[in-house]
Amino acid sequence: MREDPLRVHGLVGRRQFLRAGMTGLLVISLPRWAVARPSLDEAIRTFTGGADVLDGRVRLDLPPLVENGNAVGITVAAESPMTADDHVRRIAVFNEKNPEANVAVFRLGPRSGRATVSTRIRLATSQVVVAVAEMSDGSFWSSRASAIVTLAACIEDLS
Amino acid sequence: MARALVNVPKAARQGEVVEIRAMIAHPMETGYRVGPNGINIPRDIIRRFACTYNGEEVFSADLFPAVSANPFIAFTLVATTSGTIDFTWTDDAGKTQTASAEITVG
Repeated sequence: MREDPLRVHGLVGRRQFLRAGMTGLLVISLPRWAVARPSLDEAIRTFTGGADVLDGRVRLDLPPLVENGNAVGITVAAESPMTADDHVRRIAVFNEKNPEANVAVFRLGPRSGRATVSTRIRLATSQVVVAVAEMSDGSFWSSRASAIVTLAACIEDLS
Repeated sequence: MARALVNVPKAARQGEVVEIRAMIAHPMETGYRVGPNGINIPRDIIRRFACTYNGEEVFSADLFPAVSANPFIAFTLVATTSGTIDFTWTDDAGKTQTASAEITVG
């Protein structure tokens, strides 16, 4: 069997060349910020410091269908007795596709009484939103919800 | 800086969990929008919100550009003693805006 002369000399094969070209085009066509931001999982890992995140004990309320991505009401509620020994320390919210992965980090304590926080957020497109709660024993619990967004936030031009 | 609105119940029973709502008028400019002249509008957001109960910090939040304009935050507190609940918002330039409310615990 004869070897492909191009490969023998350590050059790139035709298929490899095409594949590399297509990957390059994909990277170029992405908006500037989409390349720069960390992925959802990376952002959560930065928050937890690499600890395991378990499902449950947290409820994230997010409307499944959003008309205006500029103001989406969310509520995060964590199951916790909120005593000095057992309470929620932090609640963080992350998104999948906005220019920045972080949305907000809330610090709570036993004096909060209930681990419930509401706010209004921006969603640039239809995507997944994740809420992570850090308990006083150092465990992390999460809940995720997805929303379909009709009018996007953040990236519209004013011109 | 801007107008701030807080909603704290006037009176509560000892140990009752009360809901606190706080909002401030602020554009929360993300820094990702392009103005009519084709130049990016610089970022200007509220970075931190903190709530103190008789001087002790009981709740705080770090905000990012994904929080809507006129940021609204609702949370709960245990009514322990009568006193003042203070709210502080800090923006990118380090400027702060404060608001406060009195609560009577009986």
